[in-house]
Amino acid sequence: MNPEMILFFIFGAVSLIGAIAVISFRHPIYSALSLIVTFFAQAGLFVILGAHFVAAVQVIVYAGAIMVLFLFVIMLLNLGTLSEKGALTGKLKGVAIILGILLAAQGIYIAVNALNNTEVGSEAAQEKAAALTNNPIETYDIGELLFSKYLLPFEVTSLILLAALIGVIVLVKRENQTEN
Amino acid sequence: MDIDIVEVIVIPVIKILFIAHLLIIGVMAMIWSERRVSGWMQDRLGPNRVGPQGLLQPIADGIKFLFKEDLIPNHVDKPLYVLAPAMLLVPAMIIVAVVPFGSSMTIAGYEIPLQIADLNIGILYILAITSLGVYGVVIGAWASNNKYSLLGGLRSSAQMISYELTLGLAIIGVLMLSESLKLREIAEGQGANPWEWNFLIHFPAFLAFTTAVFAETNRLPFDLAEAEQELVAGYHTEYSSMKFAIFFMAEYMSMIVGSAVVVTLFLGGWHFFGLENIGGEGSVLAGLISFAIFFVKTGIFLFVFIWVRWTLPRFRYDQLMNFGWKFLLPVALSSIVVTGTLYIITKGNRLWIGVGNVVAAFIVVAIVAGMLAMDNNSKSAAQNTPAAAPLRGLDAVE
Repeated sequence: MNPEMILFFIFGAVSLIGAIAVISFRHPIYSALSLIVTFFAQAGLFVILGAHFVAAVQVIVYAGAIMVLFLFVIMLLNLGTLSEKGALTGKLKGVAIILGILLAAQGIYIAVNALNNTEVGSEAAQEKAAALTNNPIETYDIGELLFSKYLLPFEVTSLILLAALIGVIVLVKRENQTEN
Repeated sequence: MDIDIVEVIVIPVIKILFIAHLLIIGVMAMIWSERRVSGWMQDRLGPNRVGPQGLLQPIADGIKFLFKEDLIPNHVDKPLYVLAPAMLLVPAMIIVAVVPFGSSMTIAGYEIPLQIADLNIGILYILAITSLGVYGVVIGAWASNNKYSLLGGLRSSAQMISYELTLGLAIIGVLMLSESLKLREIAEGQGANPWEWNFLIHFPAFLAFTTAVFAETNRLPFDLAEAEQELVAGYHTEYSSMKFAIFFMAEYMSMIVGSAVVVTLFLGGWHFFGLENIGGEGSVLAGLISFAIFFVKTGIFLFVFIWVRWTLPRFRYDQLMNFGWKFLLPVALSSIVVTGTLYIITKGNRLWIGVGNVVAAFIVVAIVAGMLAMDNNSKSAAQNTPAAAPLRGLDAVE
């Protein structure tokens, strides 16, 4: 077993345990913290795949920014522990079950497909993995792709973000005027 | 696989042990020098009884902290209460892994770069780990189950999120000119002489970055999270004994690491008038000298930290937010636009970029100040209350 495999199992286990903990904890703060652990472990998985930039962005954006806002809101609203009654009931439960089954089916389909198409443990696959780990994808390459091949999606994404930004400012402004 | 054990395990472990211990000793030195320098600035002595010049005072403090009763109040959330100090200390400590603390030296045929890990994404790693530092404060504040602690934690998280933006944007100009995310290449890209260092080329960005570092480390004038007059001791009100000490160790550690990062990015790293090449590039002597230069530069910057503490009074909360969002952020953004544009126009002429950055920053600050003045005039005409919009969210909690 090579070091990458060992690290893969460590990070994989941590992210799974974290993900289960998110939905098992009764208290929202603990759930949020478990989610941070999961994000962190996923960043570790990205590093094993040689995608250092993606790993850094994962930590900066998800663990560093979004989850801080989550915690901020949870603390400001002072949410207590969830009771049994607060759990999903009635129609919501049905929707949740259907969506859950769909998601599980997707996951199984991808896993089976991947197992059939690539021989895990074959020499070719191992060489490919080793090449990825030893020659991490340079940030330079990502930048070049973003500004050439994927220019349109990149610009569209930034426009969406800009629209969201302006929307927030407009909402905040309106509230101010009514209060004054 | 044929792995050279010396190169892969022995040398990194030695470097890690060296740097980790240097950091802890650095914290002790900072505790001593903060109290002595503060004393000197206020024309008093400071602690001078334990050891020569009071040098053993930090050890005495440490022993006192260790032997105090480790009190955990009944009303706290115990797991998180215990975890919080570590959540603050660990990020402060692991950032240093990517900071190059000297050039390189060759011992017994091994060329040893004086840096623990030269990551491809060095600077992004620093930003990523910095952004995790806020959790220690927020979780500690919340787990204490005390309104003063919670208010301190909320203030601090808002402050850290706001100033992180400046922290990230201010370095983009530097990255554009050094064309690399690796800290070693950024430090090497700056010449031997002070006028070739990044802080002159990117002066506004340097000021913005430094200010953001002060805010990220929760130092005066940005220590609203622990404003004694308002919040007892802020987020660590409920902490005592060694847990309290760990909060302080983390603060000093992030100061040291922050200074080291500023020195690497803006103050030329280990360069100083070519002194770092005495004895030939890559020799042991050159390595040691370059480390000494880096050490002294970081020390001087740490002195500035203490100096500022006794020079500037604390900001008010709305002033803090206004300053971060309306001045620092536009200045950092202007440095990106100007550096990029002038890089193309002047084909990378450092002098023009430096001048352009300063001019643009002046224009931006003037525009913002003018708009704020107009805004204030129209507001005071309508009603005679100062702008306190950012405080509204906190009022709800109180």
